[in-house]
Amino acid sequence: MTQAVLEKNGEVQAVKGDLLEVDHVVKEFKVAAGFRKSAAVVHAVSDVSFTIKEGETLAMVGESGCGKSTMGRLILKLLEPTEGAIRFEGQDLDKLTGEAMRHIRKKMQIIFQDPYASLNPRMTVFQIIAEPLVTHNMFATKQETEDRVRELLKIVGIRPEFINRYPHQFSGGQRQRIGIARALALNPKLVVCDEPVSALDVSIQAQILNLLHDLQKDMKLTYLFISHDLGVVRYISDRVCVMFLGKLCEIGNTEDIFKNPIHPYTKFLLAAVPKPDPHLRRENKSLLIGEMPSPVNPPGGCRFHTRCPYMTERCSSEEPQMRELQGRMVACHNAENLRIQ
Amino acid sequence: MQEALNVADYVDEQKFFCPQEEDIEAELLDDDSIWSSLKGMLKKNKLAAVSLAIIIIVIFMAVFAPWVAPYDPNFQDVENLRFAAPSVQHWLGCDELGRDVFSRLIFGSRVSLVIGLVPTIIAMTIGTVMGLMAGFLGKRVDFVIMRFADIVLAFPSLLLAMVVMYTLGASLINIFIALSIVKWAGTARIVRAQTLSLKEKEFVEAARSVGVKKWTIMTRHILPNCIPNLIVLFSLNIPDSIMSESSLSFLGIGAVPPSTSWGLMVYRGKQYLFNYPWLALAPGVAILIVVLAFNFLGDGVRDALDPYLKD
Repeated sequence: MTQAVLEKNGEVQAVKGDLLEVDHVVKEFKVAAGFRKSAAVVHAVSDVSFTIKEGETLAMVGESGCGKSTMGRLILKLLEPTEGAIRFEGQDLDKLTGEAMRHIRKKMQIIFQDPYASLNPRMTVFQIIAEPLVTHNMFATKQETEDRVRELLKIVGIRPEFINRYPHQFSGGQRQRIGIARALALNPKLVVCDEPVSALDVSIQAQILNLLHDLQKDMKLTYLFISHDLGVVRYISDRVCVMFLGKLCEIGNTEDIFKNPIHPYTKFLLAAVPKPDPHLRRENKSLLIGEMPSPVNPPGGCRFHTRCPYMTERCSSEEPQMRELQGRMVACHNAENLRIQ
Repeated sequence: MQEALNVADYVDEQKFFCPQEEDIEAELLDDDSIWSSLKGMLKKNKLAAVSLAIIIIVIFMAVFAPWVAPYDPNFQDVENLRFAAPSVQHWLGCDELGRDVFSRLIFGSRVSLVIGLVPTIIAMTIGTVMGLMAGFLGKRVDFVIMRFADIVLAFPSLLLAMVVMYTLGASLINIFIALSIVKWAGTARIVRAQTLSLKEKEFVEAARSVGVKKWTIMTRHILPNCIPNLIVLFSLNIPDSIMSESSLSFLGIGAVPPSTSWGLMVYRGKQYLFNYPWLALAPGVAILIVVLAFNFLGDGVRDALDPYLKD
């Protein structure tokens, strides 16, 4: 198996370039309103572009409802984008159908947030993990499939003897391991981790994060790591993109962003992380005031301007575009001036 | 002690850290199949066990009626046995034509049980398929199926059944057809509602992201999670069917005399309720017992099959 992975990796390195390209993607949901009222539109993701490089971990952070989970589902084509294109290994997912799409699905998998909802309570561990293998006719016999499932269980740290158990007989952390085993079954290239540890105890979180980290090394995985836990993000990711109300604010290397955030929203996000030092607590605690604007009716101009203390007139009228600044991309009109402050 | 040692050994050879307490905890839970969990339920839940026994006895009596019944159910002795009170010879007395009520009860159970079971199974199968398709496929399929169901539900069910019976004529097969047409819509609604909530669950998304086909998702992921509700629904639908048949019999379009059913016996006995109460009470109590037995058994089975309720 290791050899197969290495071979695949060799191929990929020859291809070079970005594994995934998200190109001006827009996703809008129509909300059915009452009689006679025209349907409201939720702007979940508005004109988002980024790329994920082979083998890296890109973290996507932002508060609840900012569209980061929607983005993850768009990438896996569980949802169809309203506009824009998502390209995986150069192929436009929107144009793929039937067998070609099934082939791509083998290479992209997802790990969910809630380990209680992500496993079918009426299927055994074997059935759950074997489902991807059976769907893609990976093995001819049941015995081969079972061997592979046992191998996967060993990889994620579950005793293979538990193969015929049901999900309810496991703890949250163990269930998450089973979910990871299912995602790894087809040797994917890209794994979308949709808040994989936020439903777990802190002690278990560390175990799962280490597991994800080790798996990435062993299997040359690429992660899109969706999270709102910045401590976790700093530990696991190579690059971070910050999302606010369906828009990207800032993308850059993790250390750059954590040490020197440029976009005001990123600054506030990082300032809100609790510090383990009681002396630091009271000082410099600038918290963001106000509520997140509704995605049904987002503010014009910069979407953050209603809450931004550095707001200027330009912010409310003109939408800031992504531009490069100090080795990263930022969408803020006043980025240079903020740095001086 | 030995168990703990094994776990410790195992952790050593593991590549990744394997939490020990979690393993031991999982070890305590027995391996369970559907059958072993049903057996366990019958041991713990006495009410369900008794209900199952009653249902088996009733089915046995219905199947072997000619051997179990003490008299010919249609033998009349109007002169001697008209309205005979319950006695050692005739346990439940005799009716207005001098026929043995106990024998008629046993033979009547054949019609009542068949009518309780067959249309319920047909109607629920149709309803489940319709509900699954409406809920999962959504959009136009959903609209067409559910508006059709609304029409059926908006109609008084007895009236609809009567229309079908009058058009097709009174016979057992036609009762099946009539009751199936009347009853599928209720099941379809419940299954649709469940499907709608289940299809948003993450395990369904996981299956979709792998590329599992729609039909497989419906049968492997959604249907099995509807089963507990379907079992309860089944246990509630059986008595309903038995009662519907009674009503149809009463209106002269159900079971045709001299063959009988429990419903028909209740309605016939009703005229003599004050003077000869056993004529209506005997089949009435029989219906009550069977209906309750199905309900209790359904409850027990539902609990046994619910993975969240175990232990």
